[in-house]
Amino acid sequence: MAYSEKLLDHFKNPRNVGTLDKSSENVGTGLVGAPECGDVMRLQIEVDPTTQKITQAKFKTFGCGSAIASSSLATEWLKGKTVDEALAIDNMAIVEELALPPVKIHCSVLAEDAIKGAIKDYQQKHGVQTVETIAVH
Amino acid sequence: MGQRLIYLDNNATTPTDPRVVDAMIPYFYENPGNAASRNHPFGWKAEGAVDTARNQIADLIAVDEREIIFTSGATESDNLAIKGVFEMYQRKGNHIITAKTEHKAVLDACAKVEKMGGQVTYLDVDRLGRIRLEELEAAITDKTVLVSIMWANNETGVIQDMKAIGDICAKHGVLFMSDATQIVGKLPCHPKEVGVHLMAFTSHKMYGPKGVGALFVNRKNPRVKVTSQMDGGGHERGMRSGTLNVPGIVGFGEAARIAKEEMHQDAERLSKLRDKLQHALCSMLEESYVNGDQEHRMPHVTNISFKHVEGEGLMMTFNQNIAVSSGSACTSASLEPSYVLVALGLGDDLAHSSLRFSLGRFTTEEDIDETIAKVAEGVNHMRDLSPIWEMYKEGVDIDAIEWSEH
Repeated sequence: MAYSEKLLDHFKNPRNVGTLDKSSENVGTGLVGAPECGDVMRLQIEVDPTTQKITQAKFKTFGCGSAIASSSLATEWLKGKTVDEALAIDNMAIVEELALPPVKIHCSVLAEDAIKGAIKDYQQKHGVQTVETIAVH
Repeated sequence: MGQRLIYLDNNATTPTDPRVVDAMIPYFYENPGNAASRNHPFGWKAEGAVDTARNQIADLIAVDEREIIFTSGATESDNLAIKGVFEMYQRKGNHIITAKTEHKAVLDACAKVEKMGGQVTYLDVDRLGRIRLEELEAAITDKTVLVSIMWANNETGVIQDMKAIGDICAKHGVLFMSDATQIVGKLPCHPKEVGVHLMAFTSHKMYGPKGVGALFVNRKNPRVKVTSQMDGGGHERGMRSGTLNVPGIVGFGEAARIAKEEMHQDAERLSKLRDKLQHALCSMLEESYVNGDQEHRMPHVTNISFKHVEGEGLMMTFNQNIAVSSGSACTSASLEPSYVLVALGLGDDLAHSSLRFSLGRFTTEEDIDETIAKVAEGVNHMRDLSPIWEMYKEGVDIDAIEWSEH
């Protein structure tokens, strides 16, 4: 399977690998997937509570090259966005950007779930009622 | 890339030995005959070449040359043996016994038999990948016509206790078939010594060309017959019609001749290199586990799980120049990892974390040294990226986490 240059770049030089303090008020953590399925993504955001802007995003992923690249790309996109803008990120945008082959679309779905999971976690810490429920795949 | 390519996927297929290629070439243009043309020198020449090859192959596995049926490969041989016995022995019974770790060619042929009204028992294997003999014996009924157990497994290299299985089959008067694809030409493999009545194998796993294989069918005590699955000109004693692939068969024969002469030295050299690779990786990388029985195993194979690292992602760190294969099925549409490793009792997580290294005649020590370095680097890189490795390092009980299914 030939992967796109962008995907390979994110895989070889993943952006924003790391861990934020998950107990911090301003950090939201999304942990999705399962080791049995071969993919686990943990995506974390740090939000400035006054501006609602995402100031920091970090990830760690257990998974195939597409899963790693999808989460790396997601962290890049998240930084500087507001929480509402981040909620609008759609998995198909990741598919297009990385030219994911059809069998790898689930990796982008996982990344979208991880983003939503991280935002939900942040919002719950701040007493925000989350309307959106995460789709189960 | 300009990098040296390293091929450690010899269980998938082996390179054709240049000596084999040399032997084949005259049978494309200079000697183009059909081995079934009985009335001119072109046919005689082709028939002679096929006879020589048949002898070389029979000699390698110590059987009579009349017991070799040429096919297109091991998949066809497996199909011919299983469906052919099922159809031929319908009056005797309709029950077949096999194991969960068999190759898909056997499992899918058995599934077809079930659709045709047969019954199939799929035996479990133990933690080391070997069937339990008492379970086999208990599964045999008066309707059982065939036991099909592979000699050596393609993913783990684990070798079954063939003699003991053969004895059980003989005791109950049941035919014993074996997919020996991974062992023929690599270790001595003599079906008659262990009571195997039908044996499937192929040329391209023993440094011969692709597209040609064989089925050994026992001729005496008992005389075994299979119903043909390919009908036509009545070639191969009526068991497999179709014009013989003369250049392929010549190559297969030459590969058998070379294997008989060189397999012992190859096996000895490769087992040392394999042990070096396995030992280096397992000692450099904590939480690495060798899958399958190390005592009864092919000399050129090792299957290792690197915990908390996903196999396909790991391969991507070095697959520009090193070819191995992974038990992770992330490349396929299904998310199921290797059913062979799962049958050994590995959790899905460890099965997803596995790599299979299969060495071959052309593997060098330099290849192994470079592989050790690149794989270790890849595992460490992937672990730095892995959230479950981080949790493991922090002492989090990963099994206790409620993971979201997706």
